[in-house]
Amino acid sequence: MSSATLTRAPDTSAPSTRRRPLRPARVVLHVFLAAVAVGWLFPILWAVLTSLRSYEYTASHGYVSLGGWTLDNYVTAWRTAEFGKHFLNSVYITVPAVLLTLFLASCVAFVIARFSWKLNIALLGLFTAANLLPQQALLIPLFRMFTEVPLPAWMSDSELLYDSYWGLILVNVAFQCGFCVFVLSNYMKALPHELYEAAMVDGASVWRQYWQVTMPLCRPALAALATLEVTWIYNEFFWATVLMRTGDKFPVTSSLNNLRGEFFTDNNLVSAGSVLVAIPTLVIFFLLQKQFVRGLTLGASKG
Amino acid sequence: MSDLPLIQADRAVPPPAATTTTRGRGRRLRLLSRTDRVVITLMVLVPLLLVVGLVWLPAAATVLLSGTDWDGIGPLGEIDWVGLKNYDDVVNIYPPFVPAVQNNLLWLAALFVVATPFGMFLAVLLDKELRGSRFYQTALYLPVVLSLALIGFVWQLIYSRDQGLLNALLGSQTDWYGDPNVNIWAVLFAAGWRHVGYIMLLYLAGLKGVDPSLREAAAVDGSSEASTFFRVVFPVMRPINIIVLVVTVIESLRAFDLVWVINKGRNGLELLSALVTQNVVGEASRIGFGSALATIMLVVSLVFITLYLFTVMREDRR
Repeated sequence: MSSATLTRAPDTSAPSTRRRPLRPARVVLHVFLAAVAVGWLFPILWAVLTSLRSYEYTASHGYVSLGGWTLDNYVTAWRTAEFGKHFLNSVYITVPAVLLTLFLASCVAFVIARFSWKLNIALLGLFTAANLLPQQALLIPLFRMFTEVPLPAWMSDSELLYDSYWGLILVNVAFQCGFCVFVLSNYMKALPHELYEAAMVDGASVWRQYWQVTMPLCRPALAALATLEVTWIYNEFFWATVLMRTGDKFPVTSSLNNLRGEFFTDNNLVSAGSVLVAIPTLVIFFLLQKQFVRGLTLGASKG
Repeated sequence: MSDLPLIQADRAVPPPAATTTTRGRGRRLRLLSRTDRVVITLMVLVPLLLVVGLVWLPAAATVLLSGTDWDGIGPLGEIDWVGLKNYDDVVNIYPPFVPAVQNNLLWLAALFVVATPFGMFLAVLLDKELRGSRFYQTALYLPVVLSLALIGFVWQLIYSRDQGLLNALLGSQTDWYGDPNVNIWAVLFAAGWRHVGYIMLLYLAGLKGVDPSLREAAAVDGSSEASTFFRVVFPVMRPINIIVLVVTVIESLRAFDLVWVINKGRNGLELLSALVTQNVVGEASRIGFGSALATIMLVVSLVFITLYLFTVMREDRR
C-alpha cells in the first residue's frame, strides 16, 4: 500500500511550508486522498444519478448505462410518499425539541458552571450518561408509560402521550439534554468569572445573569449545538418508529420504513425518496459547515 | 446518535478564572436572595425531572421487570417475581440470542479494527496542511449527517439483487441484504462508511490540540514521522482515544436503524437492540423476556459510560 510512502511525506507542522514545491510523496498523498474522497461520495452521487433516470430506461439498459434523464421520480416519490406532510411532521418535532433542549440544557449548565456544589459532578454525570444509554434499554417502561399518560384531545388525537408529537418531543429532549449540558457547562466554565461579579454589583438577579450575561456569550456554542441537534433529531428513527402508530404522523426519517413496501421494487423511486430526505441535512451541512468546523476547532489553536 | 464531536474543542478552551474562585462561589451562594434560590432550583429541577423521569427511571424499571413474568397487558399488581428465569430463557431457549450477540460483537470488531484505524489514518493525513483538505474532509464527513435509516436505503441501490450496482458490475445474483450468509457484511460496510468520517473528525480535532513542540522535539531527535506518531502523538491523545473507544462500543451496541429498515433484524441481521424491540412492539409482547435482553445491553453500556465519564471529568478538572 501507499501508506509507507505517505507517512514519510514532508513534515508540515511549521506554517511556512505552504509554499513548498510539490514533492512526489505529496502527489501520492493527494491522489490517495482524492480517490478516497470520491469513493466516499460515490454512494450518494449514485443515488442522485439513479434518481434522475426513468425506470423504463434503466430496466431495459441496466443501471450501468447513461440516458433516460427525467425528474418524474421526484414528482412520483413526493406524491406517493406524501413527503410534504412528513416533512411538516419533522418540523413540528424537531424545532420545539431543539429549542427546548438548548434552553433546558443551558439552564442546568449555567447552574453547574456558575455555582459550586458538591453535587455538581454527580449532576453532570447524570445528564451526560443519559445521552449515551442504548434507547432500547428504556423502551419497555417508556412504551408502557406513554400508553398510560392521557393528553387532552386538543393536544393529540390519540389522547395519549403515545402516538403524539408531544411524547416524541419530550423523549428527544430528555435524551439530547445530556450532551448539550456537557458541552455548554464546559463552555460556560471558561467564561471569566469577573463578569458575574460586575453583574452582581449592578444588582442583577440570577436569571438576568443567565439570560443577559451568559447566554449572549454562549452564542457560538449554541449555534454549533443547534446545528448538530437539528441534524440528530431530524435523523432520529427509533423513538418515532416505536412511539408512533398513525402513519400520517410519522416524521420523515421513520416514514421511510413505511415506504419500503411501495418503493423497494423500484430503485429509481427509492433513490429519489432518499435524496429528498437527505436534502435538509445536506443543506444544513453545507450552509453551516463553518459552524460545525468552528465548533470543533474552537480554541484548538490555544490548546 | 452521533455524539461528542465538540468535547475536545471545548475542553481546549483555557479556563481562566475557574480554579481561583471556587471557594468564593460557594460562599456567595448563601448571599442569594430567595427569588434567586427559587430560580436556581427550577433551572435544575425541571430538566432533572425530565431526564430522570424519561431516562433513568425507565432504565431502572427495565432492570426490575427483567426479574418478572409480566406480559405487558395485565395490571402491575399481577406481576410475579421469577428471579433469573428470563435470563436463563434468553441464553438457553431463544435461538436468535446467540446470533445477535455474535453480530453485535462482529459489529464492534469491524468498527474497531477496520473503520476506526482507517478514520484515524485519514485524520493524520488530513492534519498536514494540504491544499484541498477542506474538500477531502467534507467528502468524508458527509455520510455522518445522514441517518442510518437513510443509509440503508442509499446502499440498497448498490446491494439490491435485481437493480443493484454491485451485481451489475460483478455479474452475480447475490441478494446482498437478504442472503443471511453475506448480509451482515454488506450492512457492516455501510455502517463503517459512516463511522470512518466520524472518527476522522474526532481525531482531527484531537490532533489539532497536540502541542506542536512535541513533534518538533521528536523530529530533532531524528524520529521518523511514523514512530513520532505512535510513540509521541498517539499516547498524548489518550483522552481522545478513550472517547473514540467508548463511541465505537456504544455505536455498536446501539446499532439498530440500519437493520430495522432492511428486515427488522431477522434472517442474519439479528442484533440485541432489534430483539428487544421485536419483543415489545412485535407480535408477541414478552415484557420480562425483552427486559432481560435490554438489561444486558444496559449493563454493557454502563461499563463504558463510566469509563467515558471518568475520562472526560478528569480532563475537565485539570
